[in-house]
Amino acid sequence: MTGILDQPPVLSGEELAAVRADFPLLVRTLRDGRPLVYLDSGATSQKPDVVLDAEQDFYVQRNAAVHRGAHQLAEEATEAFEQAREQVARFVGVDAGELVWTSNATAGINVVAYAIGNATSGRGGEAARRFALAPGDEIVVTEAEHHANLVPWQELAARTGAVLRWIGVGDDGRLLTDQLASVVTDRTRVLAFTHASNVTGAVTDVAPFVARAREVGALTVLDACQSVPHLPVDLHALGVDFAVFSGHKMLGPTGVGALYGRRELLEAMPPVTTGGSMVEVVTMETTTYAPPPQRFEAGTQMVAQAIGMGAAASYLGELGMPAVAAHETVLAQALLDAVASVPHVRVIGPLDTADRLATVSFAVDGVHAHDVGQVLDDAGVAVRVGHHCAQPLHRRFGVAATARASASVYTTVEEIEVFREALAGVRAFFGLNDERASA
Amino acid sequence: MTSSMEQLYQQVILDHAKSPHGRGLVAVDAAPGHALGESHQVNPTCGDEVTLRVDITAGGAPGAAPVVAGVSWEGQGCSISQASVSVLTDLVTGADLAEVDRVSETFRQLMHARGAGLDPDLEDTLGDATAFTGVAKYPARIKCALLGWAALRDAVVKSGVAIPASTVKEQS
Repeated sequence: MTGILDQPPVLSGEELAAVRADFPLLVRTLRDGRPLVYLDSGATSQKPDVVLDAEQDFYVQRNAAVHRGAHQLAEEATEAFEQAREQVARFVGVDAGELVWTSNATAGINVVAYAIGNATSGRGGEAARRFALAPGDEIVVTEAEHHANLVPWQELAARTGAVLRWIGVGDDGRLLTDQLASVVTDRTRVLAFTHASNVTGAVTDVAPFVARAREVGALTVLDACQSVPHLPVDLHALGVDFAVFSGHKMLGPTGVGALYGRRELLEAMPPVTTGGSMVEVVTMETTTYAPPPQRFEAGTQMVAQAIGMGAAASYLGELGMPAVAAHETVLAQALLDAVASVPHVRVIGPLDTADRLATVSFAVDGVHAHDVGQVLDDAGVAVRVGHHCAQPLHRRFGVAATARASASVYTTVEEIEVFREALAGVRAFFGLNDERASA
Repeated sequence: MTSSMEQLYQQVILDHAKSPHGRGLVAVDAAPGHALGESHQVNPTCGDEVTLRVDITAGGAPGAAPVVAGVSWEGQGCSISQASVSVLTDLVTGADLAEVDRVSETFRQLMHARGAGLDPDLEDTLGDATAFTGVAKYPARIKCALLGWAALRDAVVKSGVAIPASTVKEQS
């Protein structure tokens, strides 16, 4: 648990080999026996044994309904479930009571959006009035958002009469932070933005967003899906009001994510999904609700997945996120170098590794992203192709689709070399002559 | 390069993708005897899209099925999706709606044959479209190949022209 932080913050070759040995899937081969080069961690990460074991162990040893029942198994299950909440909360620098389990990050954003909508309808009483929107109030997002942090706000605006505005993206793929002064106004009630783009890989400087939101009294909602798996993230230190992230992108299972909300906000927020487990007193006429986080956890929870997510947080915590981030900066440079070495490839995103993830989206002149992905797949290289759930951002750069190579803690520079070699052959495969084209 | 890849990207497909047939929407006036239909289809997973227009005229003989007099389209997408619309244009231009229905259905069958192909007699009716046999080995790409065909089916529906049931029976 200790030690690694005392060393220079980068994974040694031995440490990386040990990390890779923790991920059973990485040794499998593909068609024709090709080794797998998994560069699609931005979509979902692979899972280490400790995560798989944690889920299995829950079912084998402790499976019971949590937060109900007085028998020993129920107690052990509840303890494991709440310990996982503790692990995940600690990993992102918040208190366990501020961390709500959600089925994924999208669900987390929808909890906030629908709670605001419910408050606007008068639900939640006096305490929730601070969330209520009036026609003409403004919700501000950015052009770089994943659809998950855009569509719920479009819907909330449509339901409440609020106006949706957005911060633009510069040619380098970074948010145009200067626009905060003009786009965020006294009417802005919500400022929802990504911590790191799943397309450009650009990491947002959160401070000016939070500062501007506080000036005008707007709530901040941070999409931390791409940052939490790859960077040290301290949500209290960042000062955001809400944040979401998912388990499956941070080496954990699918079916689980987390919503962080500042305690006083969660306490004032009306519930969204209602039913069992989130109540205090129910009569035939009316119901009082449990305090957070249970108020937002109606119905049977994804207990095994939450425990798996807790194990993933602990695993990353033991590696040390400064070391993970340092390793991934090396990978980001390798990816950028690989793409730059191949003619007629254009990167959508920053060309340097400052405040940048090892997530590189690119377009190959004359070859559609799907076809690029197919050629890479033939070399065993798994990348994402398409718009990566960020159509407006692709439109901003005048492309319908890109290919995206995204690394994680278990990715090696050698794998990126396999990617580079395969990418170098793409245009030739489709009969495009680079000598002539570049002359 | 694996053999699967070579089967996927047959030269016919690469050629059609490079120089697609029927590309560029043609404005057709709704003259008497012409029914026009247009459809816009997108593949939401990758953003590929196609807008396809059909110009349908009455068949030659009395009681004969109406005929696709012209197909034009505009689109963006991968080589599979673009080549597929191009091949479709060749196959259905001049065909009556009963034939269009048959060839569309045959192409759909081909896409669900997991790369094994179809009965040779049936494949003969597909012309260049048999080059897409290998696509069916890649489930993620089947939608690419079917995008234009989905647009064709919808455009015919939107033209409002019905296929006389008698012609379907007669020719099938």
